[in-house]
Amino acid sequence: MYLQAKRLYKLALSPVLMLLSLFSTGAWANDGSPQRWQTNMTPGVTEVGAKIYDLHMLVLWICVAVGVIVFAVMFYSVFAYRRDRHQEPATFHENTKLEIAWTVVPFLLLIVMAVPATNTLIEIYDTDDAELDILITGYQWKWKYEYINPEGDNVSFFSSLLTDKAEIGNTEDKGSNYLLEVDEPLVLPVGKKVRFLVTANDVLHAWWVPALAVKRDAIPGFINEAWTNATETGVYRGQCAELCGRDHGFMPIVVNVVEEADYKTWMADKQAEAAEIKKLMEQTFSMDELVERGKTVYNRSCVACHGANGEGGVGKPIANSPIATGEVAQHINVLVNGVPGTAMQAFGGQLNDVDLAAVVTYTRNAFGNNMGDKVQPIDVYNFKKGQ
Amino acid sequence: MGAHGPAKGFTRWLTTTNHKDIGSMYLWFSFAMFLLGGSFAMVIRAELFQPGLQIVEPEFFNQMTTMHGLVMVFGAIMPAFVGLANWMIPMMIGAPDMALPRMNNWSFWILPPTFLMLASTLFMEGGGPNFGWTFYAPLSTTYAPPSVTFFIFAVHAMGISSIMGSINIIATVVNMRAPGMTYMKMPMFVWTWLITAFLLVAVMPVLAGAVTMMLMDIHFGTSFFNAAGGGDPVLFQHVFWFFGHPEVYIIILPAFGVVSEIIPTFSRKPLFGYASMVYATASIAFLSFIVWVHHMYTVGLPIAGELFFMYATMLIAVPTAAKVFNWITTMFKGSITLETPMLFAIAKVFLFTIGGFSGLMLAMAPADFQYHDSYFVVAHFHYTMVAGAIFALSAAVYYWLPKWTGRMYNETMGKTHFWISFIGFNLTFFPQHFVGLAGMPRRIPDYNLMFADFNMISSIGAFIYGSSQLLFLFNVVRTITHGKPVSDAKVWDGATTLEWTVPSPAPYHTFSTPPEVK
Repeated sequence: MYLQAKRLYKLALSPVLMLLSLFSTGAWANDGSPQRWQTNMTPGVTEVGAKIYDLHMLVLWICVAVGVIVFAVMFYSVFAYRRDRHQEPATFHENTKLEIAWTVVPFLLLIVMAVPATNTLIEIYDTDDAELDILITGYQWKWKYEYINPEGDNVSFFSSLLTDKAEIGNTEDKGSNYLLEVDEPLVLPVGKKVRFLVTANDVLHAWWVPALAVKRDAIPGFINEAWTNATETGVYRGQCAELCGRDHGFMPIVVNVVEEADYKTWMADKQAEAAEIKKLMEQTFSMDELVERGKTVYNRSCVACHGANGEGGVGKPIANSPIATGEVAQHINVLVNGVPGTAMQAFGGQLNDVDLAAVVTYTRNAFGNNMGDKVQPIDVYNFKKGQ
Repeated sequence: MGAHGPAKGFTRWLTTTNHKDIGSMYLWFSFAMFLLGGSFAMVIRAELFQPGLQIVEPEFFNQMTTMHGLVMVFGAIMPAFVGLANWMIPMMIGAPDMALPRMNNWSFWILPPTFLMLASTLFMEGGGPNFGWTFYAPLSTTYAPPSVTFFIFAVHAMGISSIMGSINIIATVVNMRAPGMTYMKMPMFVWTWLITAFLLVAVMPVLAGAVTMMLMDIHFGTSFFNAAGGGDPVLFQHVFWFFGHPEVYIIILPAFGVVSEIIPTFSRKPLFGYASMVYATASIAFLSFIVWVHHMYTVGLPIAGELFFMYATMLIAVPTAAKVFNWITTMFKGSITLETPMLFAIAKVFLFTIGGFSGLMLAMAPADFQYHDSYFVVAHFHYTMVAGAIFALSAAVYYWLPKWTGRMYNETMGKTHFWISFIGFNLTFFPQHFVGLAGMPRRIPDYNLMFADFNMISSIGAFIYGSSQLLFLFNVVRTITHGKPVSDAKVWDGATTLEWTVPSPAPYHTFSTPPEVK
């Protein structure tokens, strides 16, 4: 009972708090996630973000000041010059001095805003001297991050929505990071200038993390530049900001900013993982190994469109499909190159050859398909090389 | 006074060349589209009432946002102002009709089949347009549903209708003013429409160009917007916004005109700064051609371009502010009464100014990196489009309804409509500033729990605002059938323009002999 009353009281008070918070320039919690009843932009954890926030507040306050004056005159007129009080209207209809004044004053105010805006913009555009370059590629509907390593192999991985379908469908309780959680976050070292090279594979996307003050359109055929330099460690969350089709609302971004040492450890692990995959690509697998791995890959990358039992959905059914029960080369082709004009994407660049081989083998031997044949990583490799 | 009355039966409406008939058809059509587009908005707000997917699938949600924008912009707001122009411009300048009456008939009758076709795409295989009302390529080309071709045809048809309508308005205003009606004596509504018509003639062909390039990319193997074929997806945005930015002034300038008529009438005082209003309108129109890139700050432009467009955009604040100051100074020391048209007009000035402030904030390129494509933008343009344009339209209907029908609307019901609209509107759109600043992107069917409170408030506001429009409809219909007849030609004692010199209701033919304007 008490709790409920307290909640009600909070709810009643919230509009007041909301307004108060709107008019306070005080620091905001530098949490990387949105806050309940949050009414203002986050200054974030970068110098540029703080400058953007200051500019935002400057313009907001100028607008509030102008608004207060203008609306005061307006409402004063409505009250003081009502016909019951003021029967004889004045007849004036111009005043050159006044009109010049209200052209010049706004112009001067604009200059006050333009100066910091220009300076901040110049800083945003200065992508020189980055210590780390990361290529970000938007896909329908996930992000690919590729750490560009001048001294060796690049490290790359995909980052997609982790939130359970049951939460979206309201059959399970929603977690606090609902729709803002991914299977593999981008990891950045704290206090380093990081340059992002942003592009897209299919349609337009936009990479936006409010706390890092970065938003850049991801455009196929173009590489846009942006940069950030996070001053605090933490987990920062964002979303795709450009309509990109069905699951536009379901391709979040999570950035994990860590200490330099942790970043190095993480990077070493990633490199070891990549080396491991490389080794696996030279191996020959047994049927059981392929099917087991393929099942994992299927449930991660295919299940959303083709269904848990290969029954189809957005995508065609896999059970008894002419492709999964047809020629192996064609089956590999569909996975590697996708089917243009349909939702079937080209997975050749998204999955490694081991995973591709495994998922082809799995789908040829599951859901009632019983082809009995195996595809090895080398087969996929040869197919890619041959085309 | 002409001896010919209207023909009888349905063919009257099909074949009419009378500006009043055509004006009425435009207004009824646009109201129907307003309800259709509004019902799409209700679906959107119902889905966003709570986090999680409850009512529609994301694919259909995208169709709803797209169709809501298209129907509201091209089907509701634009035709409504053309309807007002048809009814009022000839009567305001003392002309017997529009200059090109047959073309007038055609520019209206293109619209109903066009929108029927556009709406029918929702029932086609693959669904209707789902790429946003801005239809950025390649989502609208390579990745579009098959119905996109119908969408392209519809845009072409609306464009033809708009171009013909605006040529007609230009021809009428330039050639058919009554003797003595010099340009600088024209009512502000006529001035704003004249400038709007030039904007339309200039940019509708650009839109037609954009959709034609899409058509070529989709069906004829070109690669205008396809990077893989050597094309440029950003080109699409440049072409679209070269149309799109003047388009928003096409929507708002006639609304400025309406307010510039209503505020002097109910303040019983002449419009302050008439000449500066004309120059401000012309400056806004000129600037509208050199600011389009502010819709594309995050697209990756060179800094010099970014700065140029930022400064140009900020400049628009100067003439726009001058207009607001003029309206307020008109009210200052007037003798004000607050009938429904005046309430809507004042609210329009108040709320549009708030939309102008957020527009100034959005003009700041660095800050736009945080605002862009967030709900902050959604809040901004609804303050300008709904409060700026649709409130002005409501004001215009209440203002001129007695002249059109010869009957007075119910004032209490009108004021009730106003207050419910005002509260519903602000409840819907003010919280959207907050969720946008907190990081909620636009055009998403589902969101994080932290955005839930404001979204629920917003949805409740939308249902209130939406249902208040049914009261509006009821009031208008009731006026036509049961309204108290007005005997006076001059319904409002403060009105000064020529339309108030003809009887109420305005006869089928007016100013067959031009009036003398001193």
